[in-house]
Parts: sequence; C-alpha cells; structure tokens
Amino acid sequence: MSSSETGPGGQAHGSVKEYVVGLILSILLTVLPFYLVMSGVGSDTFTVIAIVVAAIAQVLVQMVFFLHMNGSSEQTWLTVSAVYTVFILLFVIVGSLWIFEHLNHNMLMGH
Amino acid sequence: MTALTNDHDLHDHDDHHHHEAEAADRYVFGFWLYIISDCLLFSTLFATYAVMGQNFANGITPKELFDLNFVAVETALLLLSSFTFGMAMLGANVENMAKTKFWLIITALLGLSFLGMEIYEFVHFSHEGATPQTSGYWTSFYSLVATHGLHVTAGLIWMFFLFIHFNRDGFSNENKIRLSCLSLFWHFLDIIWICVFSFVYLRGAM
Repeated sequence: MSSSETGPGGQAHGSVKEYVVGLILSILLTVLPFYLVMSGVGSDTFTVIAIVVAAIAQVLVQMVFFLHMNGSSEQTWLTVSAVYTVFILLFVIVGSLWIFEHLNHNMLMGH
Repeated sequence: MTALTNDHDLHDHDDHHHHEAEAADRYVFGFWLYIISDCLLFSTLFATYAVMGQNFANGITPKELFDLNFVAVETALLLLSSFTFGMAMLGANVENMAKTKFWLIITALLGLSFLGMEIYEFVHFSHEGATPQTSGYWTSFYSLVATHGLHVTAGLIWMFFLFIHFNRDGFSNENKIRLSCLSLFWHFLDIIWICVFSFVYLRGAM
C-alpha cells in the first residue's frame, strides 16, 4: 500500500465548493427520474433507462464529490477494491436474474 | 493526510507524524474494506428483490401503495444529511469543534427524521395489508429497505457515542479516525438509498 490513502472520508480533501457542487448535481439527478415517473411523459422503456442512468450517474457523483475518490496513484488500493466490488455486484445481481429467468422458463415448459 | 496527525505529540518530528498518518490511513482503509463487504450484503438483497419483483401471490402490489411524494421527502432528508456531514468534516479539518458539532447535530436530526418517516411508512403499509408475510415481493421489500434502515439506526447510535468522545477528548487522533470512518459509512448509506429509491420505489410505482 502506498504511503497515504487519502481516500473516502479523507480529511485532506474537500471544500465547501466541492460539497455544494455534489449536492446540486445529486438534486438534479434525483429530480429528473422522479419527474419522469410522476408525470409519465416518456414511454416506459425510456423512463426505465433514464432511472438506471440517473442512478449510476448519481452514485458516481457522490463517490467523486462526497467520498473524494479520484483514481489517483495515492488511491490505488481504493480504486482496485472498488472496481473489484463492482464486478462482484454485477455477478451476483445479473447472475441471479439470469438463473431465475431460466428456472421460470423451464418450469413453464414442464406444464 | 496531514490533518490526521496529532499536534500534541511529544516527538514533533516529521517522521513521527508520517507514521501516525500512515496508521490512520490503515484504519480508514480497513473500514473501507468493511464498507465493501456491506456492499456485497446489499447486492444479495437487491438480487433477491429483483428475482421476487413480480411475485405478489395475489396480494397487494407496490403500485397501489407507493407514494412518491413521501419518498421524495425521505430522499431529500438523506441527501441533505450526507451534505451536512460533509460540512462537519470541513469543520474537523480546521479543528473547529463548535462547527463540527453543529453540523453533526443537524446530520443526526435529518437522519432521525428519515428513520421516523420510514417507520411510519412500514406501519402504514402493514395496515394496508402489506406485511413481510404477504408475498415473496413484500418479504424481499422489507428485507432490503429495513436493512438499510437498520444501518441508518446504527449510524445514529455511532454519532451519539462520537459526540460523547468529542466532549471528552476533543480532536484526538482516535476521534478523527472515528469521524472519518463514520463519514464513509454515512455517505455509503446515502449511495445505497439512491439504488433503493431508483430500483424499488420509482420502478415499483411505474
């Protein structure tokens, strides 16, 4: 591990400006999907895609502006462990859905 | 990470500071690894929720129950509390105890309000006929959302004890590490909530 892990929650980073920008971006990325669902303006497919994109974007915004992750060489271990986690998350969630989709399909075929 | 070193050291050379900063970094990194394992816990709950998504067993559906205005207020409370915790961290950076405590109290009040709304919502849903026993869908709903709520509760209890530590020892090295770890935990809870309101409430209300 490198000498300093000025990572999430690290005190050396952070400014009022950084937090305010993070807050404003988060509000925008929250209002947008709520508006789409509550008003029902877009098609269902469009709304679902917008929800997913806004959620991923807001998670990234908060990782950068609130947790101060920046992928710098000081944070190598943080970045590596975060990327590893994303892979495991995808395996668990996509894998489960895939398996159960097959199961449902096969159960119906049995009837 | 100079801010994590202690100014009251007897040995005031850089070398010593360097070692202490390294030790603090290791603590925070260790807590980061815990956060990652918590992510895996939530991923299994989200996966279960996704699999159970349509299993209503002829019971009441989320579309009939979810009130997005209510969820929007919950979301606003938690997002604001993440921001106010950031303000508390900035107070700790310059060792301003009054500022740190003020923002910590605001954060705790926002967290408590969120928790109150969530409990009210669960009671309301149960009265309407959606209990964890109602169907596979509601089992997975309560498992996921209540696990997040339990984490918020743990964060609030932690905040309370950190407050006592601050009163006793001020900005000691240990307290700064505790604050850094709690900050990680609190921001992490808001990130989980983004996924909850997006994939549970917004998707469920469609």
